[in-house]
Amino acid sequence: MYVAVKGGEKAIRNAHKLMARDRRGDTKVPSVSLKQLSEQLYLSVSRVMAEGSLYDAELAALGIKQSRGDLIEAAFLMRAYRTTLPRFGYSQPIDTARMLIRRRISATYKDLPGGQLLGPTFDYTQRLLDFKLAADAEVPSPETQTFEKTEVVPRVTDLLNDEGLIEVDEAPAPDTPVGDLTREPLTFPAARDLRLQNLARGDEGFLLALGYSTQRGFGRTHPFAGEIRLGEVELDFFMEELGFEVPLGTMTVSECQMINQFKGSATAPPQFTRGYGLVPGQGERKVMAMALVDRSLRAHELGEEIDSPTQDQEFVLSHSDNVQATGFVEHLKLPHYVDFQSELELIRKVRKEWQEKQDAAGQELLGEAAQ
Amino acid sequence: MTQTAKTQDISSQHYNFAYLDEQTKRMIRRAILKGIAVPGYQVPFAAREMPMPYGWGTGGVQVTAAVIGKQDCLKMIDQGSDDTTNAVALRTFFVKTTGVETTTKTKEASIIQTRHRIPEEALTENQVLVYQVPIPEPLRFLEPRETETRKMHALEEYGLMHVKLYEDIAKYGHIATAYAYPVMVQDRYVMDPSPTPKFDNPKMDQMEALQLFGAGREKRIYAIPPHTKVVSLDFEDHPFEVNQFEEPCAICGAEGAYLDEVILDDHGKRMFVCSDSDFCEDRRAAGHVGHLGTNPLEAEGND
Repeated sequence: MYVAVKGGEKAIRNAHKLMARDRRGDTKVPSVSLKQLSEQLYLSVSRVMAEGSLYDAELAALGIKQSRGDLIEAAFLMRAYRTTLPRFGYSQPIDTARMLIRRRISATYKDLPGGQLLGPTFDYTQRLLDFKLAADAEVPSPETQTFEKTEVVPRVTDLLNDEGLIEVDEAPAPDTPVGDLTREPLTFPAARDLRLQNLARGDEGFLLALGYSTQRGFGRTHPFAGEIRLGEVELDFFMEELGFEVPLGTMTVSECQMINQFKGSATAPPQFTRGYGLVPGQGERKVMAMALVDRSLRAHELGEEIDSPTQDQEFVLSHSDNVQATGFVEHLKLPHYVDFQSELELIRKVRKEWQEKQDAAGQELLGEAAQ
Repeated sequence: MTQTAKTQDISSQHYNFAYLDEQTKRMIRRAILKGIAVPGYQVPFAAREMPMPYGWGTGGVQVTAAVIGKQDCLKMIDQGSDDTTNAVALRTFFVKTTGVETTTKTKEASIIQTRHRIPEEALTENQVLVYQVPIPEPLRFLEPRETETRKMHALEEYGLMHVKLYEDIAKYGHIATAYAYPVMVQDRYVMDPSPTPKFDNPKMDQMEALQLFGAGREKRIYAIPPHTKVVSLDFEDHPFEVNQFEEPCAICGAEGAYLDEVILDDHGKRMFVCSDSDFCEDRRAAGHVGHLGTNPLEAEGND
């Protein structure tokens, strides 16, 4: 029996045992609970919920624990689970103007209806490692104030709308079907709903780099952070059987509206244009990058010249999904010796011919020199 | 090595037969039927997220899951062998989720899912060969845009491909494609045979078995119905040639089979053995012995 190709099954089993042991680490140290993860690593949980495309903090925490903190692997676990769940339908659109706001800032106005609310943020912290945190020092209680729950905090873009300075974001007709790239294969050109779905599920790092590239001139969009908000929104579902909407619960979302300068084109008047970002959970960096990329991807519709990667739908949408990307990049570690063998044979043949040609040319030169 | 998995894993109680729900299977079957109706045409389908990574066989797995039934006998190979790690992992997946019989014998299988090889033994009309496909678009490396390549297929505009093959000959004296060598299916669509060595291309022509191709990440399915004309692209003065091996299989003596090169030491010593492990085993069981004997590691002079 030729030994090297046998024993795959046993090797896999043992490798997985080894991985499980390493994942647990030193057993003298207590195992982390899912609650600890979802409470204390909420930003990781948020990212896994967004890129895993499933709003469930406990499952995201399990994914993070199972993947040893590898967030892309955790998102992958979420996706593979999500795909087995039954679909009841699509919720009603959420209204972020009715959000129970925890953070809301605008970079375009000093003050505005609803106010600026800094909320829980790393912004303006000194980035000094906090050794008191390492020692688990007591956490001071934050100041509180009362908030009128019924208060509507209008979106900055709606305020600009009153003056007609910003493009109108037409609400689609109520019966317009919702695009869903997890049910239909993505085709190009993709409409904005599908593009936004793709970006919301897309890799934060990839969107960050793309968004950054637009700021540095590769498809510049002149953005202002019109508004960033974080908080809880209510989710409603229309029940066909009952004939009315029922609330499903609340979910945390982060939203960013970029306001972009636009000098006008053959198809659109000079006005401000929009870039939009929204993800479940708390993902401010992601929504900002998403809004930059969304605006860049609108180049075609606004009649702008397309000369940068971020403006290119096929480039952005085909490569944003980190579960797909990691699968294909990492599949290179699968055995490829059959195709490699084919290449070996070819390169040996071509090399031999090349060598013969070189030798023949050398002989000729020698012959000439001798003359 | 036939194994009947009577004891389906506990997970089978939580998932449908062959993992996918029936609606999804129906959607995939529709894509397969369309693919069979238009041989070589890439049918877009709403590939699901599978519990194995993209690029590791999700397309093939979805196709197999859509066509497999309780009576089927499944063979799973990767690089020609049943024991390659990923073949083992994918076989285990189907044993867990379907409980069907599995086999390593090409003859016994009703469905063979493969990555990078076509079995040496001729397949029959009662068999289905499912290929795992990474990049289904044969024109992809000439034109990265899907919008363009779809147009090229629609217009049967394959000039770019012929120019590429011609440039290879002009530069290297050969068509420098050793695997995933493009084929023309039924005089209409240029198709990527998946990264099989070009050695396997002639087997696709007029094959009795149904050939199905699944690309999960790229969300495409295509097919070659039985008895379909499949021609490797070439030129009259540079006809298509299969890979040649200078020596036979070291352990079964097979000639005209696709061989893997195995490095034996760090002094350039190597041997060639059949890539199709079942084919090789069969030959050895029938009494064929190669020049390194049945166990090359104990062969004389192999230290």
